[in-house]
Amino acid sequence: MATQNGSGVGPPSIVVNDLTIERSGTRILTDVSFEFGPGTLVGVVGPNGAGKSTLFEAISGRIPIHHGSAAIYADRPLNQGSVAYVPQRDSINWRIPVTVEDVVMMGRTNSKGWLRRYGREDRELCRQSLDRVNLWDRRSALMTELSGGQRQRAFIARALCQEASVLLLDESFSGVDVGAQEDIVQVLRGLRDEGKIILLATHDLTNLAERFDICLCINKHVCACGPPEEAFTPQVLEELYGSHGVVFATGGSSHSHEEPGRTPVQEQHEDTHPVHD
Amino acid sequence: MIEYIFDPFQYNFMIRALVVSVLVGAMCPIIGAYVIARGRSFMGDALAHSVLPGMVVAFMLGFSPLAAAVPAGVGIAALMGFISRKTGVSEDTSVGIVFAGMFALGLTMLATAEGLTVNVEDLLLGQVLGVTTMDVYVSLGLAAMVIAALYAIHRIAVYATFDPVSAEVVGIPVNMVDYALLTLLALVIVIGIQAAGIVLVMAMLITPAAAGHLLARRFVSGMIVGAVIGSISAIAGLYLSYYMNIPSGPAMALIATGVFALAAAYKRRAI
Repeated sequence: MATQNGSGVGPPSIVVNDLTIERSGTRILTDVSFEFGPGTLVGVVGPNGAGKSTLFEAISGRIPIHHGSAAIYADRPLNQGSVAYVPQRDSINWRIPVTVEDVVMMGRTNSKGWLRRYGREDRELCRQSLDRVNLWDRRSALMTELSGGQRQRAFIARALCQEASVLLLDESFSGVDVGAQEDIVQVLRGLRDEGKIILLATHDLTNLAERFDICLCINKHVCACGPPEEAFTPQVLEELYGSHGVVFATGGSSHSHEEPGRTPVQEQHEDTHPVHD
Repeated sequence: MIEYIFDPFQYNFMIRALVVSVLVGAMCPIIGAYVIARGRSFMGDALAHSVLPGMVVAFMLGFSPLAAAVPAGVGIAALMGFISRKTGVSEDTSVGIVFAGMFALGLTMLATAEGLTVNVEDLLLGQVLGVTTMDVYVSLGLAAMVIAALYAIHRIAVYATFDPVSAEVVGIPVNMVDYALLTLLALVIVIGIQAAGIVLVMAMLITPAAAGHLLARRFVSGMIVGAVIGSISAIAGLYLSYYMNIPSGPAMALIATGVFALAAAYKRRAI
């Protein structure tokens, strides 16, 4: 019934079984089941309102589950940092001035040891994490001074500093230009190769086939789950985006998808921030 | 000239007033930085107005109004936090209802209570020249508590303010942090009411903190710059109040507003 945050030794995994979520009487997700093992880079694909964020909330134990189960098995409990969450940018409070380094150091904070002073190990981990996402030079910048892509990389550095084995990234490509999206994917691939499980939710079909090992297609239920070239059949696209979804070819490389009245170009616009990648 | 600065302090009441003014000037922007970052200005103003009934009850029973305002403020902070969590009514609506209702209750009690010697204007507009030795000790104790608590929760409070979703996932009690900050806000408001009054304590909470936010780059340095600006405004307001015989709340609020205008002008030039 409930989310289990299994702790045990061994490689991480996510197991979701017949998961059903309701909100004020409306079904958001119905009978969702999937299982991912270590070293998997998953694109969670679906239109806005398909329940992608809700799925992440359920996996990370933030909302009650009405039926079925969602469990993460990792080296330590959820509240000790085994799962890193990169929320949509709308749920970040940009009014509080924090630097890139402040944000990455948040990765060293969890339900244990709020008062513990940061030690040399913590700082070293922070430096390594920033190095990996290529932001060490920007460590003293305020988060609001970064471009959309740099912000996402800072959040990924926080996940690294947290030493999480599972990463949940909610709409990390929105407001990020294609080049910066590639930088993010590059970092995520490296993490996958280390055995981490990464789920990235996106409503944007650009370059999905190249980017992800597995695509989990959701529109209130699982429409398809598998390698992109198998997952995106015309029927699945129909289910995801209605009859307007036509442009994506199976196994395609750079085909993009057009939502009615909205071109991919509009969706990929970069934030008007002073600094760009 | 020099005698204008030092002469007032031959009176003990002025020394007490100075201590409380500096405490108000420093403490309000420190918690005010959180109020601004969390968009809780209205909540702060509402909290200040809502402690009035508690203070009037204290006057009627002969207690220290300051001591009575502490449980009143904390209780109302918890009530507002509770209401704001309930879905259906938006936060500012529910806060507004409590604000208006409690303030109306306090004013009604003041108007109907018999034999009250309290000066309503002092309560609403602040009269720092009238603080007692007891008030000084209570204020010092509250300030020490607030500083210690803020220091203890600093890291998780910044995390929960910046990214509540991720904070919750890693096991930070985001709701508890929310209540804790509201409670600390209530305590600071109680200190602030003595100097700035119920109506204008908002000015000391928000204005110097906003100026600090403009002038400093980071969150904590903004708090510190805000505390310096708040203290200067409070001391200058104290002199204004002493020499011009005006309530201390408006005096301090006017000066804080002037300093904010200067900070904003400086910031514009710097850009």
